[in-house]
Amino acid sequence: MKIGVLRFPGSNCDDDAMHAVTRVLREEAFFVWHKEARLPPCDAVIVPGGFSYGDYLRSGAIAAHSPVMDAVRTYASAGGPVLGICNGFQILCEAGLLPGALVRNASLRFECRDVFVRVEGKPTPFTSAIPAGRVLRIPIAHADGRFVCDDAPALGASGQIVFRYCDAAGGVVDGANPNGSQLGIAGVCNAAGNVVALMPHPERACEPALGGEDGRQLFESLRLSLGTVAAVPASPSTTSPSTSRRQPGNRS
Amino acid sequence: MTAKVFVTLKKAVLDPQGKAVQRSLARLGFPEARDVRVGRYIEVTLEAASKEEAGRRIDEMCRKLLANMVIEEFRYEIAP
Repeated sequence: MKIGVLRFPGSNCDDDAMHAVTRVLREEAFFVWHKEARLPPCDAVIVPGGFSYGDYLRSGAIAAHSPVMDAVRTYASAGGPVLGICNGFQILCEAGLLPGALVRNASLRFECRDVFVRVEGKPTPFTSAIPAGRVLRIPIAHADGRFVCDDAPALGASGQIVFRYCDAAGGVVDGANPNGSQLGIAGVCNAAGNVVALMPHPERACEPALGGEDGRQLFESLRLSLGTVAAVPASPSTTSPSTSRRQPGNRS
Repeated sequence: MTAKVFVTLKKAVLDPQGKAVQRSLARLGFPEARDVRVGRYIEVTLEAASKEEAGRRIDEMCRKLLANMVIEEFRYEIAP
């Protein structure tokens, strides 16, 4: 597969995403500079983390209006898979490609640690091969990660809540929520399910040497959703039992 | 012309920065400050044929960039 990784002035997790795709998954990837008006052909786009435009005005606000985001909008409306990570989540919300917004953490602290998230919601290219309810341990590093929207329960009802902060056993409890996000939301998708974003950094959890491999499952799921289908096995570091097996390849 | 733009969080959005400022004010000897909300002030110097046109353009600037309509509200004053 071939992945396009966007690059804005101030992005700093673009190299991490490139590393995860090319060195860990051994797939092809290329950078796309924010001024490019067109996306080269690719199987998916990653909007990486960092501090695009120094978080000026609002995190992701200025990057959302970069020329490349018009191309991403076209790509997404044609069904192309798009994954936003951290600042990428903020950019996609500011660009109107995802509902809601990310605001200052309730704690007012920059939260930088591992968290648990559970996988839920409608099948997406990045999660369709991960059994519903599986718990992943992935690091966060953000000051503006609190997700708010007009109607979070409605988002849940439509299957657009894809990741929620939880404890090691998969319980979505206040103590497991690092930033005060509504309903413990760590990641969402658009109505069509092809645009997904999350505040945690799966690209930083792809190798045992970095503390865990759970993040790798998002990329494995993408690879599988693009080709033949099978479920993604739990990585050795996954602590929680999965529940029902989701039908791989289903898209609603 | 100069537009003074005030961007504030919608009432329904929790403002922990505002709460932190209010607590600091209380510690500094201003217990009468009950509630604080922190917003953003932006000055835009622009060319426009009239105050009305300036207002229309500033309104559009706010909706498109200066304010996030999901979580914020805005108002502005235009001075020639």
